[in-house]
Amino acid sequence: MSAQLKPGRGPLDYATRPWIVALFFLSLVFLYAPIISLVVFSFNVDKTGVWHGFTVMNYVKAWNNADIFAALSNSLVIALVSTIFSTIFGAMTALTLWRFRFPFKNAYEGFVALPIVVPEICMGISLLMFFTYTGMMEFTRDLPFPLNLSNIIFAHIAFSFPFVTVVVRARLQGFNRQLEEASKDLGATELQTFFNVLVPFMMPALVAGALLAFTLSLDDFVITFFSSGPNTTTFPVKIYGMVKRGVDMQINAASTVLIVITLAATMIAMKLQAPNKAGH
Amino acid sequence: MDEWKDYKRVFLTLATPGTLWLALFFIIPMAFLFVLSFSSKAVVDGETSSTVYDYFNTVKNYTSAAGSDYLVLLWRAVWTSVVATFVCLVVAYPLAVAVCFAPPRYRPILLLLLVLPFWINLLIRTYAIYTIFRTTGVVNQAFGLVGLGPFEMMNNSGAVIMGLVYVYLPFMVLPLYSTIEKLDRSFLEASLDLGASQATTFWRITWPLTLPGVITGVILVFIPCLGTFLISDRLGGPNDITIANTIEQQFLEANNWPFGSALSFILMYATFFALMVRAFVAKRSVGVDA
Repeated sequence: MSAQLKPGRGPLDYATRPWIVALFFLSLVFLYAPIISLVVFSFNVDKTGVWHGFTVMNYVKAWNNADIFAALSNSLVIALVSTIFSTIFGAMTALTLWRFRFPFKNAYEGFVALPIVVPEICMGISLLMFFTYTGMMEFTRDLPFPLNLSNIIFAHIAFSFPFVTVVVRARLQGFNRQLEEASKDLGATELQTFFNVLVPFMMPALVAGALLAFTLSLDDFVITFFSSGPNTTTFPVKIYGMVKRGVDMQINAASTVLIVITLAATMIAMKLQAPNKAGH
Repeated sequence: MDEWKDYKRVFLTLATPGTLWLALFFIIPMAFLFVLSFSSKAVVDGETSSTVYDYFNTVKNYTSAAGSDYLVLLWRAVWTSVVATFVCLVVAYPLAVAVCFAPPRYRPILLLLLVLPFWINLLIRTYAIYTIFRTTGVVNQAFGLVGLGPFEMMNNSGAVIMGLVYVYLPFMVLPLYSTIEKLDRSFLEASLDLGASQATTFWRITWPLTLPGVITGVILVFIPCLGTFLISDRLGGPNDITIANTIEQQFLEANNWPFGSALSFILMYATFFALMVRAFVAKRSVGVDA
C-alpha cells in the first residue's frame, strides 16, 4: 500500500469516483438535453429534428399566431390576477395562524394545507362539477375578455394561496414581537404598526410567495383543463393539444419565452429566500 | 400569541378571506364529489337520466372499482409508479452522495443544477421529451447517422416511466441530499478503519442511517406518479393509463360521474395513507437523532 493517498482518491471521496462523476454528467445530459434542444430548435428553419439553419421567424410567427398569442396572454393574465389575490389571502391566513390562539387551530392548519396535498385531478374534477352545477361555466363563457377567465382564476387562487401561507408563516416565525410593542408604545395605531413594521418585515416572503404563486399558476395544466370552458385555452392547455398531434416550431418559440420568464422568476425568488440576504 | 377573543375584529378580518375562499372553491366541490361517489343516476320516466342523481343510495361505485377490469388497471398504474420510483431512487442516491461529498462551495450549484428543471412548466418538459424522442426527433436522427433505427420510443410504458423519472427526479434528490448531508462521517471512517469493505459500510451504516430520507423521497415521488395525468396521457400508448386518466375518462367520455368520483376518493385515500406513513417515519427518525 502506498504511504500517501492522492487527493480525491481517499476512501470517502465519493464525489470524485469516476462512475459517480459519469452518472452525474449523464443525469445532467438527461435533464437538460430535452430543454436545450427545445430552445435550440426554436431557431431552426423547419420542424425536422435536423438543424437546417438559423432563423427568428418562429418567434415572429408565434407572436402573430392569434391562437398562441391568446393562449399565452390568457395564461399571463390568469397568473397575474391569481398571484395578487393569492398573496393577499395567503399573507392574511399566515398572520392569523401566527398571531392568534383559537379553538381547533390544528384542524384549521390542516384544512389550509389540504389543497397542497390533494391530487390535482381530484381538485380539477370537483371544480368541474361545481362550476357546471352552479351554472358558472355557462355564465362566464360569453363574458368579455378578462372575465371569461374568472373560473380559472378562482380555482388558481384556491390552490396557490396555501403555498403563500406556508412561505409567509415561515418568515413570521423569526419576527420579534417587541418591535410591534415598541411601535404601539410610541403611539402608532394598529394599522400603522401593521404597515410600517410588520409588512416591511414580511416583504421578502411576500415577494417569494408571490413568485411561487405566479409559477404555480403559469404551470398548472390539470386544474385549468377541467375548470375552463370549451372556448378558453391557456398556454399549457394549448401545448397539451400539440403534443402527439405533431410538433410545431412556433410552440417551441413560445415555450422558450415561457421558460425564460419562469427561470427569471425562480432566480429572483431564490435570491430573496437566501438566508444571508433575508435581513437577519 | 394573542387570544382571538381579545382582538375579535382583527382576527375575523384576517381569517375570513382565506377561509371563505377555501370553503367555496375547495370544500363545497369536494363535498359534492363525496356525495356523488355514493350516488347513482336516477331513473326518470323509465329512462336513466344523465343529469339527475339519487343521492346516497349505493356503495356500488366503490365495489365496482374493486372489479376485475379496474383491479388490472389499478395494478398497472401502481406497477408503473413503483418502477419509476425505483429508478428515481437508484439514480438519485449516487447523485445525492456526489453533491454531499463535493467541496462545500460547489454543493449549492450542483444541487441547483439537479433541481432547476423542476421549475420549468411540466407541459413544456413533457413536450420537450416528446420532440427529441419521437421517430423523427434528434435522438433517432443521431441513431440514423450510425445506420440504426428509427426506433419507436414514444407511446409505450417505457416512455411513461422515462417521463416520470425525468419529471420527478428532483423530488427524490432533495430529501436524500438533506439526510445524507447530516450523516456523521466518523461512522463511515470507523467502519472502514475497522476493516469493513465499502459495500458492507454502505449496507450496514449509510443505508440504515439514511433510510428516513429514502422513505420520504420514495413517497414524494410515488404519490405524484400514482396521480399523474399528463405524462401517461401524452407519452404513453392506449394501455398506459393511470388512475387519473381513468377518472378523466369517466367524467369526459363515459359520463359516469359517480364512478369517477369514487375513483377520485380512492386516489385521495391512497395519497393520505402515503402521507401518514411519511409523517410516522418523520416522527420516528426524530427520535433516532435525539
